Amino acid sequence: MAEHELNAEGLNCPLPILKAKKALKGMDAGDTLKIRSTDPGSVADFAAFCTHTGNELLSSSSEGDIYLFEIKRS
Amino acid sequence: MLDDSTDNAKSMSIIVTKGSLDWAYPPFILATTAAAMDMKVTMFFTFYGLPLLKKKLNMKFSPLGNPAMEMPIMGGHMAMPNLLAVMPGVGGAAGKMMKNLMKQKGVASIEDLREASVDLEIRMIACQMTLDLFEYKAEDMIDGIELGGAATYMETAAKSDINLFI
Repeated sequence: MAEHELNAEGLNCPLPILKAKKALKGMDAGDTLKIRSTDPGSVADFAAFCTHTGNELLSSSSEGDIYLFEIKRS
Repeated sequence: MLDDSTDNAKSMSIIVTKGSLDWAYPPFILATTAAAMDMKVTMFFTFYGLPLLKKKLNMKFSPLGNPAMEMPIMGGHMAMPNLLAVMPGVGGAAGKMMKNLMKQKGVASIEDLREASVDLEIRMIACQMTLDLFEYKAEDMIDGIELGGAATYMETAAKSDINLFI
């Protein structure tokens, strides 16, 4: 299972979600995507995105001003 | 689940009626996000929303008649009285300021969101009546769009889970 990374720092709504979708599309089922974002709104948005699309949100955390997400592609 | 366009996938339609720089955002943000969330999305561009399909976008912004618009300036907020907003050059300057602010805050450009809409296979319909009324040509518009009227929209809206008018 491959691990992919996406740096969405400095991007505002809806770009982190759109970039994540694009990245997930190019991945295989079971692969994980690690995302870095500076948009505080992305915390609620990635949770909602995963709930709706069925991709699994493995973790959601923050380090200072950076928000970190780990999504497993369904 | 990600790319399956199954019959039970949710769907959304949006009627896009406004084409100024600020009003172009809500429909494109919601449409691209819904499509990224595997929803089937249809956008119907009518009246002042139609120019958003032109090959060369030239969106204007006006603070005129918009008393709720406040720009962040030096730690505070400033609204613009109509009397000032009608002065020559003020609208253009406000538009430039808005574009700079958006760039600075990492907000996508409408050009980028429209390109994402095409990539996400959002169905875009140009209102034929508006095309005729304002004398636009289909060839002035971007590729991949459809032409249609109210019935085309209603047929889609009748089976959509979400229908918005913006």
